[in-house]
Amino acid sequence: MAYTYYPGCSQEVSTKAYNLSTWAVAGALGLELVELDDWNCCGTSPSYSLRSLSTFALNARNLGLAERHSPGCDLVTICNGCFGIMDKTNRRLAEDAELRERVGEALAVIDLEYRGSVRVRHLLEVLVNDLGQETIQEKVTHPLEGLQVAPYLGCAFSRPSGIDDAEFPTALGDLLSWIGADVVDYPLRASCCGGILMMSDKKEVALKLVHNLLADAVRRGASCLATACPLCHLNVEAYQGQVNARFGTDFSLPVLFFTQLLGVSLGLGREELGLGTELVSAAALLAPHMT
Amino acid sequence: MVSVGQHENIEILSYGEVEEVSGYVGNFKVKVRKRARYVNEDLCTGCGLCQEKCPAKNILSEFDAGIGTRKAIYMPFAQAVPRVPVIDTENCIWFQKGKCGACQKLCPRGAVDFEQEDEVVELDVGTIIVATGFDLFDPIRAPEYGYDRLDNVLTSLEFERMINAAGPTGGKVLLKDGREPERVAILHCIGSRDERYNVYCSRVCCMWSLKFAHLVKEVTDAQIYELYIDMRSFGKGYEEFYKRLLKEGVIFIRGKGAEVTDVVEGPEEEGKLIVKCEDTLLGQLRRIPVDMVILSTGLEPRRDAVEVAHTFGLSRSADGFFLEKHPKLAPVETASDGVFIAGACQGPKDIPDTVAQAGAAAVVALGMMDKGRVALEPSIAQVNVERCSGCGECVMACPYSAIALVQGHAQVEETACKGCGTCVGHCLSRAITLLHFTDEQLVAEMRGALRLVEVA
Ligand SMILES: Cc1cc2nc3c(=O)[nH]c(=O)nc-3n(C[C@H](O)[C@H](O)[C@H](O)COP(=O)(O)OP(=O)(O)OC[C@H]3O[C@@H](n4cnc5c(N)ncnc54)[C@H](O)[C@@H]3O)c2cc1C
Repeated sequence: MAYTYYPGCSQEVSTKAYNLSTWAVAGALGLELVELDDWNCCGTSPSYSLRSLSTFALNARNLGLAERHSPGCDLVTICNGCFGIMDKTNRRLAEDAELRERVGEALAVIDLEYRGSVRVRHLLEVLVNDLGQETIQEKVTHPLEGLQVAPYLGCAFSRPSGIDDAEFPTALGDLLSWIGADVVDYPLRASCCGGILMMSDKKEVALKLVHNLLADAVRRGASCLATACPLCHLNVEAYQGQVNARFGTDFSLPVLFFTQLLGVSLGLGREELGLGTELVSAAALLAPHMT
Repeated sequence: MVSVGQHENIEILSYGEVEEVSGYVGNFKVKVRKRARYVNEDLCTGCGLCQEKCPAKNILSEFDAGIGTRKAIYMPFAQAVPRVPVIDTENCIWFQKGKCGACQKLCPRGAVDFEQEDEVVELDVGTIIVATGFDLFDPIRAPEYGYDRLDNVLTSLEFERMINAAGPTGGKVLLKDGREPERVAILHCIGSRDERYNVYCSRVCCMWSLKFAHLVKEVTDAQIYELYIDMRSFGKGYEEFYKRLLKEGVIFIRGKGAEVTDVVEGPEEEGKLIVKCEDTLLGQLRRIPVDMVILSTGLEPRRDAVEVAHTFGLSRSADGFFLEKHPKLAPVETASDGVFIAGACQGPKDIPDTVAQAGAAAVVALGMMDKGRVALEPSIAQVNVERCSGCGECVMACPYSAIALVQGHAQVEETACKGCGTCVGHCLSRAITLLHFTDEQLVAEMRGALRLVEVA
C-alpha cells in the first residue's frame, strides 16, 4: 500500500534530518512513500489563528492535489503542526458546508477541487498501526539495548486528532520499546514545548516549559529525548543554552527524531539518517549501537 | 441481610445468575444458573477453618477493592449471607495442579465438594425486580490522574475499604510505605460530568467525598483538600454536613483536578504527588503537593447492562442505565409488564434513595400479585387463524416476545402485547389486525382528514 508523503517546510530547512531519516526508514521497512508533487506550506499555527479561511484553503490545495494524484492513498506527514492543521481542515470541511463552498471557490481558481476523501495520518501512527510490532521487529538488527530514551510527543500529536490517548499517548514509547530501547517513564510526553511562543514576546513561558521537559527527562535517567515533531524538536534542542542561562542548569541532552533512532536499530548509516547534524551531539551515545 | 436470609418467604440463590426469562407478567419462567461454589451449603456451618488453613494466599480480594488479600477458598466478606465460602478455581491448588485438598481434608462437616457442578434452577414467578446496581468508573481510562501508575492514588472504593475498621489496614489511613499522609487531596467528578466519559452527575460522590474528608480527619492530622466543580449536597441534612466540614478546616477548592503528577518543579514538591488544577475562586492555576490522592470515581451502568437488559426485556436510557416506564408516574415500572427496577441500576443514587425505590418496587410488585389479575391494553393484536400461514415473521418482529406459533398459527399473548402494531406491518398474509386500529378504521380516518371542504 502506498502513501502520499507530505514532508512540510521545516524538513527542507531546519530539520532536514527528519526528512532524510524518514525516507531511509521507509525504504528499510518497505513502506512506500510518494512525495506529494508541488505541495505548499500548511500555513502553520500562527496563520491559522489569524486567517483561518486562507489556512483551510492552503491545506485544501494539498489535500486536493493528493486526491487527484493518488486517489485512495492516505496522506502521511511527520510534523505534528502540519498533521494537526490538515486533519482539522478535513474535519471542518466535512462538517461546515459554508466553509466547503468558500474553500471550493478558492480551489476553483486553480482548477482544483477537493472532495474530502484523503485521510491525514502521522508517520508514527502509521508505523505503529499499519506496519505493527512484528513487521518492524523482524527488521531490527541493532536493538537499542541500554539506551535510555524519553519519548516526547508534544501536545499536538494526540490532540485533537484522537489517534492516541489525548493525555497519555503511548505510540512513541511502544515503538521505542519494540526496537529495544529502555523507554523512560515520561509523564510529560504530551506536554507543550511552548511552540511558537519561543519566537514571540512570551519566550519566558516557552523557556520554562522546555526547562520542565528537560529537567524531568534528566531526573528520570534519560540519556536522550526522542521527538516526532520538528517544532518540539527545535525548542527542546536549540534552546538548551538559553534554558541553562535562565535557570542556572547545565543541560546537554541529545534530542533525536524517532525516525533516526528507528533507523539506527535497523542498521542504517549515519549519513542516511542525518546524524551528526544535531546541536547536542549524539555520536558518543549512539556509537555502541552503530556498526 | 441476615434477616432476609432467615425470612421464611425469601429464598436466596446466591452465586446465581438469571440466564433466561420467558413468559409474561404473572407467568414468568426464570432459569437461574447457580454456580458451583464447591462447598455444600447444607453441610457447611461457616466455621471458617478451610479459609484459615488454605495455603493459596495473597490473592487480591475483590471485596477489598484489591487493597487486601484473601485465600483461594474464602468468604467474600465477614457478614456474607449465606455464611458459606466459595472456591476460586483459578487460584486453587487442587483445581490447578490436582494436589493439596487441605480444605476438604480439614472440613469437620465434609462440606467441601470438588465435584460439585453448576445447577440450573427453574422458577415460576409472577413479577421480577431487577436491582443489579452499578460499576465504578475505572480511572485507568483517564491516565492523567496517574491511577495504577503512581503510588498512593486511590479510587473511592479502595479508600472506602482502607478507612473501614474491618478492612485490610484496620481503618488506618496509610501510604504505600506505611507512613500516615500529611496531606490528602480528594478529587471530585472523575469520570462524571466529563464529556469524554459520562456527561451525567454521579450524584453520590460529593457526599461520600465529604464523608471521606471527615473520616480522614478523625484518624489522622492530615490537611485535606477537596477539589470540586460545584458542591451537590442535595439530600436531607447533606448541606448541613457540608457546612460542618467547612468548619472542620477542610480546604475546598473550586476547580476540577486536572492532573496528578510526580513531575516536580521545586524542592517543596520532591517526593509528593502534585495535583494540578485551576482554582476558579482565586482565578489561578495551582499545584498542590500532597501525599495521597483519592479519586472520586463516578457510577456507571454495569458492564453487562446490555445483556441483562436483553434477558429481562428492559430498555436503557442514553446514559446506559435501565429505563423506567415514566420518570414521575411510573418510576419503578419498566416497558415490560411485571418487571421492575430499583437502585443504582436505574441511575446513580445513594443508599436512602435506593432503599426508598426498592420499597416502592416491592410494593408495586406485591400489589400486582395480590390483585391476581392485570388490566390489559385495549388495543392489542389479533390473529385471523384462517389467513395465517404460520410463517413466523411476526414472532421474529415482536419486540415484546408476545407472539408464539401454536399449532402452526401465530398466537398473541394478550398480557404481553403492547399494541405497537409491528406485527401487523410484518404480516405477509394480512392476517393480523390491531384492535381499534384496523385498516378500515385508519382508511376511514384518512378519508375524513383528506376530504375536500368547500369554504364558503
Ligand atoms: C465508594 C463509595 C462510597 C459510597 N458511600 C455511600 C454512603 O456513604 N452513603 C450512601 O448512601 N451511599 C453511598 N454509596 C452509594 C451506594 O453504594 C449505592 O447507593 C448502593 O450501593 C446502591 O445499591 P444497589 O443495591 O442499587 O446496588 P449495589 O450495591 O451495586 O448492589 C447490586 C448487587 O447486584 C449484584 N448483581 C449485579 N448484577 C447481577 C446479576 N446479573 N445477577 C445477580 N446479581 C447481580 C451485585 O453483585 C451487587 O451485589 C457509595 C458508593 C461508593 C462507590
